[in-house]
Amino acid sequence: MSEPLAPQGGTEPEEIAKAPPATVASRLDFAQRAGGVITPIITGIIAFLIGGLIILATGHNPIQAYWDILNGAGLNWLAHPWKTDIANTAAYNFSQTLLQTTTLILVGLAVAFAFRCGLFNIGGNGQYLVGLICANWIGVSFVNMARPAHILLGIAVAAAAGAVWAGIAGFLKATVGAHEVITTIMLNWIAYWLGSYVFQQGGPLQAPANKPLDIPISADVAKSAWLPDFWGIPELQGLHIGFFIAIGMLVVFWLLLSRTTLGFEVRAVGYNPDAAAYGGIKVRQNYIRAMAISGGFAGLAGGLDMLGYLHHFGTIDVQAATIGFLGIAVALLGRNTAVGVGLAALLFGALVYGTTHGLQSGTIDPSLAGHLTEIVQGLVVLFIGADVLILAVWNARRRLRRRERVTEAAEATS
Amino acid sequence: MEASTVLEMRGITKRFPGVVANDHVDFDLRRGEVHALLGENGAGKSTLMNILYGLYRADEGEIFVKGKRVVFHSAKDAIGAGIGMVHQHFMLIPVMTVAENIVLANEPTKAHALLDFDAARERVRQLSETFNFAIDPDARVEEISVGQQQRVEILKALYRRADILILDEPTAVLTPQEAKELFEILGTLVREGMSVIFISHKLNEVLEIADRITVLRRGKRIDTVPREGATEEGLARMMVGREVLLRVEKPPAQTGDTLLEVRDLQVSDDRNLPAVRDVSFSVRAGEIVALAGVEGNGQSELIEAITGLRRADSGDVVVGGRVISHATARKMLDAGVGHIPEDRQRRGLVLEFSIAENIALHDYNAPPASRFGWLFPRRLVERARRLIGEFDVRGGGPNTRASALSGGNQQKVVAAREVARDPKVLVAAQPTRGLDVGAIEYLHRRLVQERDKGRAILLLSLELEEVLSLSDRILVMYEGRIVGEHTGAVTEEQIGLEMLGAGKKEAAA
Repeated sequence: MSEPLAPQGGTEPEEIAKAPPATVASRLDFAQRAGGVITPIITGIIAFLIGGLIILATGHNPIQAYWDILNGAGLNWLAHPWKTDIANTAAYNFSQTLLQTTTLILVGLAVAFAFRCGLFNIGGNGQYLVGLICANWIGVSFVNMARPAHILLGIAVAAAAGAVWAGIAGFLKATVGAHEVITTIMLNWIAYWLGSYVFQQGGPLQAPANKPLDIPISADVAKSAWLPDFWGIPELQGLHIGFFIAIGMLVVFWLLLSRTTLGFEVRAVGYNPDAAAYGGIKVRQNYIRAMAISGGFAGLAGGLDMLGYLHHFGTIDVQAATIGFLGIAVALLGRNTAVGVGLAALLFGALVYGTTHGLQSGTIDPSLAGHLTEIVQGLVVLFIGADVLILAVWNARRRLRRRERVTEAAEATS
Repeated sequence: MEASTVLEMRGITKRFPGVVANDHVDFDLRRGEVHALLGENGAGKSTLMNILYGLYRADEGEIFVKGKRVVFHSAKDAIGAGIGMVHQHFMLIPVMTVAENIVLANEPTKAHALLDFDAARERVRQLSETFNFAIDPDARVEEISVGQQQRVEILKALYRRADILILDEPTAVLTPQEAKELFEILGTLVREGMSVIFISHKLNEVLEIADRITVLRRGKRIDTVPREGATEEGLARMMVGREVLLRVEKPPAQTGDTLLEVRDLQVSDDRNLPAVRDVSFSVRAGEIVALAGVEGNGQSELIEAITGLRRADSGDVVVGGRVISHATARKMLDAGVGHIPEDRQRRGLVLEFSIAENIALHDYNAPPASRFGWLFPRRLVERARRLIGEFDVRGGGPNTRASALSGGNQQKVVAAREVARDPKVLVAAQPTRGLDVGAIEYLHRRLVQERDKGRAILLLSLELEEVLSLSDRILVMYEGRIVGEHTGAVTEEQIGLEMLGAGKKEAAA
C-alpha cells in the first residue's frame, strides 16, 4: 500500500489487497518487514546522534568519544580477530563486551517472549536478581557436588526462581486480572529488598567470614559450581561458556515460538486472545506460562552471571543492579525476534562496557560517561515507541514530493 | 456538459503497486439524483470515491465540479467544493454531543476567538428540522443509535454546506428499519436539490433508492443504466461478469438423526442479564435450521453457549446424543461442533497469522499438525494449499497473512477450516455478512452441500432473504425466546412480525 493516508475505513484495505493476488500480499508483507528493519536502524542512529549532541554540549568532541567507546568495547578487535590472546587489550575488551552481551541477550529474551504473548514484562530486573540470589545459595551450599551437576543444579534453580517470580505476575493476571506492568514492577521491589536482606549483616547468605567485620557480602560460590571460561582466565574475569548458553537460548526462543504448539498458542494469544479462545486455546493458562518462561530467561541470566564471573554478591550490588531493565530496550530495538535481540544485546553490551572502560576524562565529561548508556537506552525506548511517527514522517515526505510533481503536471495541462 | 450535471469525472485512472484500482473510469452526477455505484468488494468503488474526496490523487483523469475543473489536494479541498462523504466507519467522538461533533473543526466563533456554541446548536437544530432528521443536538453520540450516528455524519456534511453527498455502503451497519429511514432522508435530500452518490454491493437496495446505477468491475466502468428496466439478475451479471444464481438451488432435505439438541437453555449476556430464556430445539442431520431475529435478541449468546464460548446458566447442549457439561470451546470442538463465528476478524481469524496457521487454529495440537508439542509448519502449509484450492480462496497462498485477504476470502478460509474438521454440527453465524454477491453465492452453495453430506447446520442470519432461501426450518427469536417455528411456506411479513414480538408462541416450545 503506497498511501497509508486514507482513513482506515471500510472496504479500502480489501479493495487494494484483493485484485491480483500473491504479488500484492507479498509486497505488503515485504513492506512491513522492511519497515521492521529500517525503523530500528533509524532509531538507533538518531539515539546516537542525540547522545552526540549532549557530548558536544558539554564541550567535548562526540566523534572522539564514540571512537573511544568503540575501542573501549573492544570492537577494534574485529579488525584483527586472530589475536585472541587476552594480553591484547582489544581482545580483552571484546571478551568483556561479550560478557555483558550474554546477560543482555537473556534479559532481552525475557521481555521479548512476554511481548509475543501480548504481555509487558517490566520485571526482568527482579527476576534476574532472584536468579542471581538462588544461584549464589546453590553455589555456596552443596560444596561436595561433582562439577557438572553442581553447575546444572545452580543454573536450573536460578531459571526456576525467575520463572516463579514472573509466574506470580502471570498468575495474578490470569486470576484477578491484575495488570502485569504493575505487578512486575512491585515484584522488582520485593526482589530488591529481598536481595538487600539476604546479603546484609546477619542475612542468611552473608558469608560467615564477613559477619564479624559487618560486611554485607555473600560467600564465594564453590569452585565446583563455576562455569568454565573459554576465553581468558577467571582471575581476569574471563568469558565463560554461559555465552554459548545465551546464544543457544536465542535458538530455543526461535524454535519455541515458531516450531512448537506452545509457541503457536503464545502467538495466537498475543495477537488476538478472542480468536485464540475460539480456537480452543486456554488464554489464561497461556498468560501464566508465558510469564514463567519469560522469567526463566531472566533468572537464567542471573544464574549465569553468578556462576560465570561474579561468584559473590552484596547488598550494595543488589541495589546498584539495573541490567535487567536494559532488557526492555534490547527487546524493543530487537523487535522481539531472536536475531534482533542478539544484535541489540551486542550493541548495548558494547555500549555498557565501552562507556565504563574506554573513555578518558579528557574525551568526555566524567560524570556523563557512565550515564551515556542510559541516555541512549532512554532515547531508544522513546523512539521505538514513536516508530509509527518515524514511518509517518517518511511517508509524508514521499507524498509531498509526489504531490508537487502531480500539481506541476496538472498546472501544465490546464 | 448538461446543465444539470454537478459533477463529472473523466478517465480516472489510479494504480496501486500491482493493481489498477481504477481504469479510465467515467462518472457523472446530476442535480437532485441518487446515483448508485455498484460493484463487488475490490471493484474500485471506494478508490474512485476517495479520489473524488481528495484522499487519493488520480494518476490520470480530470474532475469537474459544477463545470469547473478541480484538483483536490486533500479532503479539505473537496469539502470546500461542496462534497461531503459519510464513511462506513463513523468519525465521531463518542463523549461529545451531536452538535459538538458536527461543528468540530469548523466552530462558529464570537469575536473571532470565542466559541459561539449557541449559534452552533441553533444551526444544527435548523438543519435537522429542514431535512426531518429527528436528532437532539444535545444528545451525546455514545447514547444514540447507529442509525442516528449516521445521520449525524450526514448533518456534518450538510453543515459544511455540501451539496454532493457520498455515502459509502451506508446500510451495512443499519437494521432494516433504520435503512428504511435512511432512504426516506435521502429522498428528502434529493428533493431539496442535493445529489447523492450511493456506494453499495446490495442489488435490492440499489434498485430501491437509485435513479441511475453505474457498475464497476475490476476497476473498469461496465455500464451506467437507469433504474427503470434494471433487474437484479442483470446487475449481478454486470457486477460479477457471469450469470449468478441469486436463488439458492437445493433439493429437499433428507433428514437423519438428531445431531444437535438444546434443552431448556438459559444464558446471560455480558451485563449478567438473562439473554436466552428456556430455549429448546434440535437440529437433525441433513437440515439447515435458521435462527431469525432482530439483532440483540439472544441469538449471539445462544450460539456462544452452544459453541462453548459462553457458560450457560442452566440447561443442556447435546451433540450427537452426548450431553456436554461444563462446555468449553475445546470440548465442543472435540464433540464435533464447527463454528463460523459472527465476527471473522475479531474471532474467526488471527489476522496476523498466515492462512496456513489460521487453518490450523483448532487442531494445531494434534497430529498431523504436531506431535508431542512439536509443530510441523510444512504440513500446515501443505494442508492449507489443498484447502485453498478446494475452497477457491483467492488473493494469496498458504503463507499469506489473513489480514491481506478480502472479506470474502477471509470467510472462505474460516469455512474451509471448519468444514475440513468434518464436524457433525456446523454453526454458521452471519456467514455472508459484508460479502459480495460472488462470495455469498459460493458460501450458500457450500452450506447446502455440507447439509447434503449429512451435517446438521444451524444458521444465524439477520437477513430475512437469506433465512428464507437457505433454510429448511426457521426458528424466530424474540427477547431470548423462540417465538415461532416454520417448516413450510412462510412469507417474509409473517416472520418479520414475529421478529418484532407480534406472533407470540408459548415459551419453552
